Amino acid sequence: MNQSTHKPAVITNKLTKKFGDFVATNEITFSVDKGEIFGFLGANGAGKTTAIRMLCGLLKPSSGEAQIAGYDVYRETEKIKQQIGYMSQKFSLYEDLTVRENIRFYGGIYDLSLAEIRRKTEHILHNLNLHSVADTLVASLPLGWKQKLSFSVAMLHEPQIVFLDEPTGGVDPITRRQFWDMIYEAAHRGTTIFVTTHYMDEAEYCNRVSIMVDGRIQALDTPRALKSHYGVDSMDGVFQILARGTSTK
Amino acid sequence: MDRFFAFVKKEFLHILRDRRTLLILFGIPFAQVLLFGFALTNEIRNAKIALLDNDHSLHSGQITNRLLSSGYFQLVQNLRSYQDIEPAFRKGVIKMVLVFPVGFSNDFEHGKQASVQLLADASEQNTAISLTNYASAIIRDYVDEQQSGNRMPMTIAIASRMVFNPELAGAFVFVPGVMTLVLLLVSAMMTSVTIAREKEMGTMEVLMVSPLNQGQILFGKVLPYLLLSFINGCLILALGVFLLKVPLNGSLPLLLAEMLLFILLALVIGIFISSLTNSQLVAMFSSLVIMLMPTIFLSGFIFPIESMPRPLQIISNIIPAKYFIQIVKGIMIKGVGLGYLYKETLVLMGMTLFFVLMSLRNLKTRLS
Repeated sequence: MNQSTHKPAVITNKLTKKFGDFVATNEITFSVDKGEIFGFLGANGAGKTTAIRMLCGLLKPSSGEAQIAGYDVYRETEKIKQQIGYMSQKFSLYEDLTVRENIRFYGGIYDLSLAEIRRKTEHILHNLNLHSVADTLVASLPLGWKQKLSFSVAMLHEPQIVFLDEPTGGVDPITRRQFWDMIYEAAHRGTTIFVTTHYMDEAEYCNRVSIMVDGRIQALDTPRALKSHYGVDSMDGVFQILARGTSTK
Repeated sequence: MDRFFAFVKKEFLHILRDRRTLLILFGIPFAQVLLFGFALTNEIRNAKIALLDNDHSLHSGQITNRLLSSGYFQLVQNLRSYQDIEPAFRKGVIKMVLVFPVGFSNDFEHGKQASVQLLADASEQNTAISLTNYASAIIRDYVDEQQSGNRMPMTIAIASRMVFNPELAGAFVFVPGVMTLVLLLVSAMMTSVTIAREKEMGTMEVLMVSPLNQGQILFGKVLPYLLLSFINGCLILALGVFLLKVPLNGSLPLLLAEMLLFILLALVIGIFISSLTNSQLVAMFSSLVIMLMPTIFLSGFIFPIESMPRPLQIISNIIPAKYFIQIVKGIMIKGVGLGYLYKETLVLMGMTLFFVLMSLRNLKTRLS
């Protein structure tokens, strides 16, 4: 199926991060294709956040290799920064700025032209139906609106890959569903989505899923293949088997 | 560059939205300058003095020896003429000059009133008063000793004169100190929370993932506050000059340039503190403790550095405020130029560079 000419968006090879004696991420190896929605699952402390930080250039790996959009994470971090978007679980918006000011700021630091920023602002306000609150401080917006706005802002500079670190924490199911519609739309336009989550129903929405346990990738496949491999009917079941498997050892 | 200005603009918006910060920035300095009307007297040890002995006699020699053996004074310079006095003071090392006129011994022994002159640098008011008081007491003791067993009345008239601050106006002394303290505290506290706040809000990660580099983040944070604190400093200065009548004998542009340098240093220290912690509260309190106490006690603002124990005198060398107080006093009261203040200026520049480099290093590695 895979054409050999097309390069994956993310490739890692035995990527490892140690903090003293503690191995947070242990030789993880995987690749993510362009336009793929890649779910990055694991319990708290399994090493997800460390891995995502290394891929974004926030942490230097201890050993191993990784390429993001074809750029090396050791030597070409500045080029990587132009190609990626990032949204943290805290939504990464400035609460004391208005919706419009937040968009303008992020457009500014990614060096978009004023005309472009204006066009994108209109686009976002229209898409998210935020015209009425465009000049309201973000602090007073409902959580779900902030989350959608935050995603749009992370996509502002049209990155090739967007990293979403638990983007749906604390959001109601309906809004989460709408949020995933936005993710699908972005993936459809060719953006690679790298998403961590705690919600196993969300894992079902991903093209492929990796499950980390104690710093290692324990399983990596499509949700359907994982379910049939472990003989269960939900991703929750898969996760339970993998997590329990190591905790009883 | 556009990237940088987008960042600076955002910082301005933060400041304008936060009324409390603005109140701290402009309210506290006014209150402080107007309230700090007190001064404290302290004992002095080993104050550096110069001697102008035009008499070269037994009595002038003995009085000089008495003064030097008292432990309060230390002779560092012998002057040749009256013209040497002013330059000696301008260097800022000498706190007092002792002058014996020609014929001093002769007048003293023959029942005429002999005169001695004490000139003190009153830009440090407390020190000046104490020094002249000590010296007068020692000279009077000497007169009493000589008098005993001698029928002829022997007298020495002591004329003390304060240079640089003849009226001993308190404001002269405290305005440079308060200005320094307020600029340092307000500036450092402003920036000490800004990076900690971004870390608390989670926006710091997003900034680090963005194409902004550490330098742009650091100076983008500093620039708006530099502008505001500079306006603030000018207001304090105007208050001191017009309301409290502190003279401005030296160059205003030089004073403003030095003030800008000092504010920059204070802001960068704030950024440095902020880069060490993840909590706004910790950042705020550490900047208060780190800045306030040493600045009040060790900068020479209230207690003369000369009267401190030796170890504290050494520690006072790392207090940025010490140098700025000397600069402000030098320019405003003594009216000296950069030629006399280049050392202090270089120290402040060095400290600024040090904290810029340390902050950049911390911003790079501390996010984990």
